[in-house]
Amino acid sequence: MIVVAVAIARLHNLFAVVMLTGIFSLLGAAAYVVLDAVDVAFTEAAVGAGISTVLMLGTLALTTSEERTAPRDRVILALVVVVLTGAVLVYGTLDMPFYGDPMAAIHQHVAPRYLGASGAEIGIPNVVTSILASYRGYDTLGETFVIFTAAAGVLAILGRARGPGTSKPTKAEREDAEV
Amino acid sequence: MAFPGLLNYWFVVILMMIGFFIVIAHGNLVKKIVGLNVFQISVFLFYITMGKVDGGSAPILAEGIEVYSNPLPHVLILTAIVVGVATTALGLALVVRINESYGTIEEDEIGAMEDDA
Repeated sequence: MIVVAVAIARLHNLFAVVMLTGIFSLLGAAAYVVLDAVDVAFTEAAVGAGISTVLMLGTLALTTSEERTAPRDRVILALVVVVLTGAVLVYGTLDMPFYGDPMAAIHQHVAPRYLGASGAEIGIPNVVTSILASYRGYDTLGETFVIFTAAAGVLAILGRARGPGTSKPTKAEREDAEV
Repeated sequence: MAFPGLLNYWFVVILMMIGFFIVIAHGNLVKKIVGLNVFQISVFLFYITMGKVDGGSAPILAEGIEVYSNPLPHVLILTAIVVGVATTALGLALVVRINESYGTIEEDEIGAMEDDA
């Protein structure tokens, strides 16, 4: 994934960049499967790798597919900022629990209750689904509002100038309904 | 326990910083959105690695499985992925609109045009 990300940063052909973003997303989905998050993995594969790539290709078709080289001093400044921020973040991780530690704080609060009681309370074996649709149903409702707002925004931005080309957000909405 | 340790977080930090670098170093607006996506996926990975439990399996209840990974980060990230696509769509729509008005999607060319006007 790091190799792909570096390639994305260095390439100037936007078409190749968009394709690499799809690959990056797919690698992320593979990583989620390894980390036991199967629901997240297939959402990422469908929405992240699929829809995003289509949206970006659509944008490239309407704009341009070559990028100009960034000025050198700006790249150096950006590198300095990025390395500094990264160092601070790595310093921050020193207090984090180790990978896979069952005693980590995140596993002590509501998660055991969800795992223990959701089977009897909701009646479906997939805990992720029961949390998404029931315990945290308002989150999912809010997510739907966000998608509606985004769709309305895209329509407001593009709708006046051009009739077609505004079917993009509805595609995302349909995908969301399936997920 | 010793091997992965904190390495997963450092991996995420590296990916995050590459995304951040793309956002601030490149003037092309589509490239900036790609950078945001890279950043976003690294944040997702961060949450998912936090939810992993040693020896745990996917949080789908089944006979004979005692240890599950934490389902809560999975739910949050599921929501975040979809919201991320919504923001990406909105951003790309803005890029298309900017291209219609200015005929370019390079940040500094747009800035130069604004200064002329």
